[in-house]
Amino acid sequence: MTALLEVEALDARYGQFQALFDITLDVPASAAVAVIGANGAGKSTLLKAIAGQVAISGGDIRFEGRSLRGLADHKRVGLGISLVPEGRRVFPSLSVEENLTIGAHARRPGPWSKPAVLDAFPLLARLAKRSAARLSGGEQQALAIGRALMANPRLLLLDEVSLGLAPVVVKQLYAALPAIREHGTTLMVVEQDINQALAAADHAYCLLEGRVSLAGRPSELSREAITAAYFGMAVEGRQ
Amino acid sequence: MSWVNAIVQGILLGGLYAMYASGLSVAFGVMRLVNLAHGDLAITSAFLASTFVAATSANPFLSLAVLLPAGFLFGIALQKTMFDRLVGLDPSYQIVATFGLSIVIQNVLLERYTADRRALDIGSFGTSSIRISDDVSIGWFPLTRFLVAILVLALLSLFLARTRSGRAFRATSDDPTTARLMGINNRTVYALAMGIAVATVALAGVFNGAQTNFAAADGPLLLIYAFEAVIIGGLGSLWGTLVGGMVLGVAQTVGAQIEPGWTQLIGHLVFLTVLAVRPTGLFGKQALA
Repeated sequence: MTALLEVEALDARYGQFQALFDITLDVPASAAVAVIGANGAGKSTLLKAIAGQVAISGGDIRFEGRSLRGLADHKRVGLGISLVPEGRRVFPSLSVEENLTIGAHARRPGPWSKPAVLDAFPLLARLAKRSAARLSGGEQQALAIGRALMANPRLLLLDEVSLGLAPVVVKQLYAALPAIREHGTTLMVVEQDINQALAAADHAYCLLEGRVSLAGRPSELSREAITAAYFGMAVEGRQ
Repeated sequence: MSWVNAIVQGILLGGLYAMYASGLSVAFGVMRLVNLAHGDLAITSAFLASTFVAATSANPFLSLAVLLPAGFLFGIALQKTMFDRLVGLDPSYQIVATFGLSIVIQNVLLERYTADRRALDIGSFGTSSIRISDDVSIGWFPLTRFLVAILVLALLSLFLARTRSGRAFRATSDDPTTARLMGINNRTVYALAMGIAVATVALAGVFNGAQTNFAAADGPLLLIYAFEAVIIGGLGSLWGTLVGGMVLGVAQTVGAQIEPGWTQLIGHLVFLTVLAVRPTGLFGKQALA
């Protein structure tokens, strides 16, 4: 059986700067995959390449066996790929409810609806009419995830969910992920916070300076191996 | 003419300015694009209406049946061929490119229609009025124009607030990159916005042509009125634009009441005062609504 998402020998660059080198990874259907790595390792770029926000300069990305090359970002959501962008990026002039409505703009059918999202994120329920600009960081993050769910994604890409949020809020947000998986959505989680990401995932990849430095099941990865892959010390040690 | 009458006429005149400005406001709100050829498109519309009248001898307003859809399509074409290349660039590119377009349009009009002034004859509709008191009477034409302006703003406002496309406009205005993640093609939104902008300015051009005579080089003056209405009202606020238009209109008619030569001067002074005292305008905000 082919994986839901296959990334093969992917290169991506911003002008002269190459951000990703020869990335190959698989995301099986219904899995939760964590991508960890230090700041600037290329994690966000990888998610943006999958969502279509960054053009790929080499290799290929296949979703359900179909190449995404040349497919515009605004068309990928219709296939079932939704990105929760870094920094949340809720629409500040729209209300919470309107943010959710616009999440369903692509009209992809599926289990998620406004009541289902409010059920998964109860803290949003009493804020429906409030302007998204007037939410706390945690509320905005919940809204950003809810908005992405409204598109009924097969693959949900979460970029730095925990960034800038209090640990208790991060815990609440991560508590919603199992319910999302139960609806058949595959997760790909990018985090700098290693523990949070690995606890939620059943596959993990570590990126270092744009390359995969470690891959495996979280339970089978030793702390030393992760530290080495995260900071790149093993690379130096081997030389 | 009494002071009260001057104010009433100014408010009604404000409707015309708001009509000019609404398209400018929508285009700026959605894609931060300022089209310096906006006024020239209004004059073009007035000239086309005069051609329509010459060919059919029909009422000038009937030309709108052709000019509104044509303006909408022309706006889309303009966006797709030219303005899409300017969105997101440094504003200086927009200024140079749309200023160039303005000059091209003026010269094409000069070539086709000569430098003579023209007017659209709407017959007794242009002169008949409702007498309110000895001093104040309201012309049917300015009143209609004012009501049409309110109708245009109300429709735009409902479109933005209630419809699926309107939500896409507001989301794109907030953050085009993230809007694309929702499946919204911001280029489609921009094309639609420019279509609406040109259609509304075509409407305003015909109303302007029915009120006063016009010539090929008049566009920039209309652009300034539209700008002033938008800035006084506050960027991005549609109803603010109506208030801005009314403030400008009243300033001009009251200025004319003081001294006929001061019509435009007082309008510009009020605009500059607002810009100095309250640069965000009376109802300024970041969002599009």
